[in-house]
Amino acid sequence: MENTIAAISTNNIGVGAINIIRISGSEAINIVSKIFSNKKFIDAPSHTIHYGFIKEKENIIDEVLVMLMRAPKTYTKEDVVEINCHGGYATTNKILELLLTNGATLAEPGEFTKKAFLNGRINLLEAESISDMLNAKTNLQSEMALSGLTGKTTKKIENLREKMVSLLANIEVNIDYPEYIDELQITKENISPILMEIKRELEKIVEESKNGQIIKNGIKVAIIGSPNVGKSSLLNTLLEEEKAIVTNIKGTTRDTVEGSINYKGILLHFIDTAGIRETNDVVEKIGVEKSRKAIDMADVIILVLNNNESLEKEEQMLLKQIEEKKGIIFINKIDLEEKIESFTTTCKIIKGSTLKNIGIDTLKETILNNCEIKDLSNKDLTYLSSTRQISLAKEALQNIEYVIEQNKKDIPVDMLAIDIKIAWENLGKIIGKFYEEELVDNIFSKFCLGK
Amino acid sequence: MIYDCIVVGGGHAGIEASHIAAFKNHKTLLVTSNKKNIGDMACNPSIGGTAKGIIVREIDALGGLMGKIADISHFQIKMLNNSKGPAVRSLRAQVDKVTYPKNMINTLENTKNLDIIESMVEDLIIEEQKVKGIILEDGTKILGKTIILTTGTYLKANILIGSENKEGGPHGERRSNLLSDNLKKYGLKIQRLKTGTPQRIKADSIDFTKMQEEKGDDTLWTFSCDNAPSYNPNEQQKCYLIYTNENTHKIILDNLEKSAMYGGYVTGIGPRYCPSIEDKLVRFKDKERHQLFLEPESLYYDEYYLQGFSTSMPRDIQEKMVKTLPGLENALITKYAYAIEYDAIDPLQIKASLESKIIENLFTAGQINGTSGYEEAAGQGLIAGINACLKLEQKEPLILKRNEAYIGVLIDDLVTKGTSEPYRMLTSRAEFRLILRHDNADLRLREYAHNIGSIREEEYLNTKKKKENLKQCEEFLKQQKLKITPDIKKKMSEKNITIPIKTESLYDLLKRPEITMSLLNEFIELPFESVILEEIEIHIKYEGYIKKTYKEVEKMIKLEEKKIPENIDYNEVKNLASEARQKLEKVRPLSIGQASRISGVNPSDIAILCVYLKKEYNKNE
Repeated sequence: MENTIAAISTNNIGVGAINIIRISGSEAINIVSKIFSNKKFIDAPSHTIHYGFIKEKENIIDEVLVMLMRAPKTYTKEDVVEINCHGGYATTNKILELLLTNGATLAEPGEFTKKAFLNGRINLLEAESISDMLNAKTNLQSEMALSGLTGKTTKKIENLREKMVSLLANIEVNIDYPEYIDELQITKENISPILMEIKRELEKIVEESKNGQIIKNGIKVAIIGSPNVGKSSLLNTLLEEEKAIVTNIKGTTRDTVEGSINYKGILLHFIDTAGIRETNDVVEKIGVEKSRKAIDMADVIILVLNNNESLEKEEQMLLKQIEEKKGIIFINKIDLEEKIESFTTTCKIIKGSTLKNIGIDTLKETILNNCEIKDLSNKDLTYLSSTRQISLAKEALQNIEYVIEQNKKDIPVDMLAIDIKIAWENLGKIIGKFYEEELVDNIFSKFCLGK
Repeated sequence: MIYDCIVVGGGHAGIEASHIAAFKNHKTLLVTSNKKNIGDMACNPSIGGTAKGIIVREIDALGGLMGKIADISHFQIKMLNNSKGPAVRSLRAQVDKVTYPKNMINTLENTKNLDIIESMVEDLIIEEQKVKGIILEDGTKILGKTIILTTGTYLKANILIGSENKEGGPHGERRSNLLSDNLKKYGLKIQRLKTGTPQRIKADSIDFTKMQEEKGDDTLWTFSCDNAPSYNPNEQQKCYLIYTNENTHKIILDNLEKSAMYGGYVTGIGPRYCPSIEDKLVRFKDKERHQLFLEPESLYYDEYYLQGFSTSMPRDIQEKMVKTLPGLENALITKYAYAIEYDAIDPLQIKASLESKIIENLFTAGQINGTSGYEEAAGQGLIAGINACLKLEQKEPLILKRNEAYIGVLIDDLVTKGTSEPYRMLTSRAEFRLILRHDNADLRLREYAHNIGSIREEEYLNTKKKKENLKQCEEFLKQQKLKITPDIKKKMSEKNITIPIKTESLYDLLKRPEITMSLLNEFIELPFESVILEEIEIHIKYEGYIKKTYKEVEKMIKLEEKKIPENIDYNEVKNLASEARQKLEKVRPLSIGQASRISGVNPSDIAILCVYLKKEYNKNE
């Protein structure tokens, strides 16, 4: 029997007015009816909404609307039930727990989409795009996911594959019909510009995919510095201003505070590590270790210094450390007397005050600049975003770079075809299309040969 | 009396099938409608060509006749693609259309255990889906334990010239009227295919001065690795190259509806790779000219084959068309071009051993399986013959994998993808072509041939010796160092080669792209045959690519090893796309690897199938 899976489908549980729990599988309707007060529900027609209460024995847990969608016209092609319950972490979790105790299994991340894929509802690229969209937190993100769905990415890659297959077909024709000298003969010289063009386009795809990853995952910004420099107030200023959500994430480090804002369509994810304490050597080591970790994890580091104090030993050390990464130095409290010594750094320095809200916008802009993100909102969003897709595109690029290298070494063109074909296959894997016959079909549609 | 093996048809497939069965000491009968037509080359006067030349070498390695007989029957031979990479080189010989069949008939008549009779086979004796024998046109029954059908284009054949449609096979031979209907009755699917052949022109009516000569190689070649070259390269015949022109195109386009193809008289599906000239003009409107070759057919009669001008136009239009060509203004057409339609079976109904899935002990090979070409036919004939014998001997069939032989690629394509047009082998169909070269066919296949007893002991020893020589040569190149004498230094700098700083072994020197074996041969004596040196040089120079190919091979073999149980019920595999389900049901692939090559079965279907197998048959992962 197939698993019946359940999970909370809405993001940021506890924030919105309602939350949705989704259940999929052959037992979905049975399981829900066990905890749902509305008795008509179990035999109701597909694609209908039902009002009632979720109950644990006789206790009412929540007042809900339940959507019933019978197979096969559902996202997973299985029976799907969605429970619209009221916001609130505890209530939502309680309902999920009830479903699990009544026979559902907790869905793994992406399992609904996996089912949709395995059940033939969607193809691989769509699966990836949907999972991106489900995870989307900003408009740019969902736009990017959508463009995957509507086939923009597919189109771009297909065009490039078309170019490659034409080249391959031409090489094959030269091999299989060596005496047909009227056909264009691919040589060391004339293949070179074609390869360069393919390379450029692949580079573009790979380069843009970096933006894709940033749009998808946001930018991780670590705020480090000593405790008394105004680090926390910087975080609060950054978050408050955007009316963002602050979450206390349990279980990581007790002192770590995180929060995200949507700035110009990009998710900026701030992590405020607990400061470095100077009491004794052991703790100091732990502290340095901790900020070292934050530096490793983050895309961008903000080192906060106090204008009103002279530099401590640890701060001088941190100044060096952040030079390796994309560091930004924020000198806080410029409204107070300047006691900080001058220092040399390759990092960008911003002077400001969290109290007076000076320099905050410059700081945000600098974060984007550091990640080489210009204005993304006007761009044609045709990025690859999943790691699988990006690594395939990178592989294809490497294949072509290798071909260019080998061509310089006088390797025969028919051997070069081996790696061009591998690159072509790699691109085919991105869009879930890999069909040998394509090449042969192409040969006969483009060239005119034979007895 | 019961024959071990009965072969129906004496074409290129039938020859190899009957010869190998008799060679392996099985009592064999070859039935042909006309003894004189055994080994007839009904179309082009050449054997080999790109990819096909490699098939001929594979046939030779496995104990077949085609290569050995072509070696003593040609009047021109050349290595195609010699200037390209080693993987795509292939031999082609212009073969004498009189000598070749004569040599073949001679060989078969001198083969022990082989009887040859003249008759037309019109039915089979079938009991409980097993074949027991054949029934001739006069009703005579002949019993056989295995039957191999190699009927070529003779099943319900029709010849088409313009609107004229005549029953009959090539050269005015009789066709088989009932056999294909009977096969249909037994459950085989029949499809209608089409092919064609161009005009033959009388030699003394041709003005060769207006044509470009095409000569054979000065280097001596043989298809067979057991043969020494026995011809004089200076006595080779020439072929000629010409082009069509505006006038040719005008005549063809003005009369298009008179052709059998465009007049709607043809129902069979023709091959894309040998389109008729009218097809080429329609499909490639922008091309100003098309290449044509004139090839001599024989030293014993004076006709030339006009390659590239195949057509189904009526005779009067053909006359006009030919006379527009340079050098053919006064041409005398001795045979008009024609199209031929014939019945073939659906190759998805045969196993990779070439035995029918429907009728046990019935094998098919050649054009009846939907292929085209002498070499493709001979390769299948040989495999069908070998596997009929192995079946008699109660042994596992010989199934060559895609990384082992072009013949393996050919058969795998046929039984996995099927074909709706006559199938021709191309190098681009072989994804592992770098290791399927002409120079290593014997190294790839002779071990198999030896194990199944399809070659003579001395032939096996030839290959064993070659392997030893290769080892010695490699050792020699590794040991031998090249001292850079002032003389060598001078020669190298003349050729713009960077002088090695330290004394290096010949082996290491060869790794440099600019240093070739023939260059080293100028500096130091290499006491080995050229085939040995070539083989080693390929391995040194293209080591990286060869390794890469083997990696791909490993990937394929991994998928081949994921077996699909024979009794799988595809209706039980939920969520397969319906097209994929139908195709899988039809082909019934033996492995995930084979399943993934079926067109219409998508990667996501394969994923679903894998998940199903993992769940149902845990051991499959």
